[in-house]
Amino acid sequence: MSNNLDAYLVLACLMFAIGSFGFLARRNAIAMLMCVEIMLNGVNLAIVAFGMFTPALAGAGQVIALFVMAVAAAEATVGLAIVIAIYRNRRTPLVDEYASMRE
Amino acid sequence: MALPQTVPYLGWSWDDVVFLVLAGVMLGSSLMVVLSRNIIRSGLFMVLAFLGLAGFYALMGATIVAAAQVLVYVGAISVLILFAVMLTQSKSGPAKLVFHSQAWAAGIASVIVGLLLIMSVVMTTWPLAMPTPIAQSARDVATLLFNDYVLAFEVISLLLLSAVVGGIYLARKDNIPDPSDAVTRSET
Repeated sequence: MSNNLDAYLVLACLMFAIGSFGFLARRNAIAMLMCVEIMLNGVNLAIVAFGMFTPALAGAGQVIALFVMAVAAAEATVGLAIVIAIYRNRRTPLVDEYASMRE
Repeated sequence: MALPQTVPYLGWSWDDVVFLVLAGVMLGSSLMVVLSRNIIRSGLFMVLAFLGLAGFYALMGATIVAAAQVLVYVGAISVLILFAVMLTQSKSGPAKLVFHSQAWAAGIASVIVGLLLIMSVVMTTWPLAMPTPIAQSARDVATLLFNDYVLAFEVISLLLLSAVVGGIYLARKDNIPDPSDAVTRSET
């Protein structure tokens, strides 16, 4: 089981599905960002698994995973800054109360 | 005393046991992140999920990615998110409704996405994949990172710098008095 590419990929798929449910269903903007991080981590697990099991990708999988982590850190920084900026104006972190942003 | 080669009575290898325990920890705590009513508890379960994922990287032999996972996610991003939770906590406490009213549609959509992905993974045979993980040292990864991927590495550093500057610009308070304003006001 631990020596099987499919097992790691199935885990990555489950993590991605859990994160996508949270992103679509949660009301809190910060909880939505956490779920984006979970989705990114699921994809990262798939990338590292492919890199570890495929000789043609040896090493490259880990390098790409490190790049994904750096981009995820940048995304978290900007996303949380946007949430804090909106919170300062609207006094709530709940996204369905940002109705005036629809117009 | 040395451990037996396989788990007694079950015949599994120890790696499989570690895999199952880590899978349980990671999926359980990911579910708790999504379902928990208290947002701080969600954040702490997210740390646990990231630690489980670092365990998977170590189990596969990707040591440098496991270390980076602990440093970046468990150390930095979770602290950032918990700070944002602290800054945006309303006084009324957690909201009554955790999910949107259309959460059932999101549930159906994510179950379908998960099933499709798992079906496509299980039905595909990966012709280039080996039966066991290939040993890759940190030296190999570093050689690749600073030869083939050095341009991407530099672009990433630029991206991080611009993200930090942009984050500070977006999150700062607008009513900081501008020193040049003060000078003109005192002159008039």
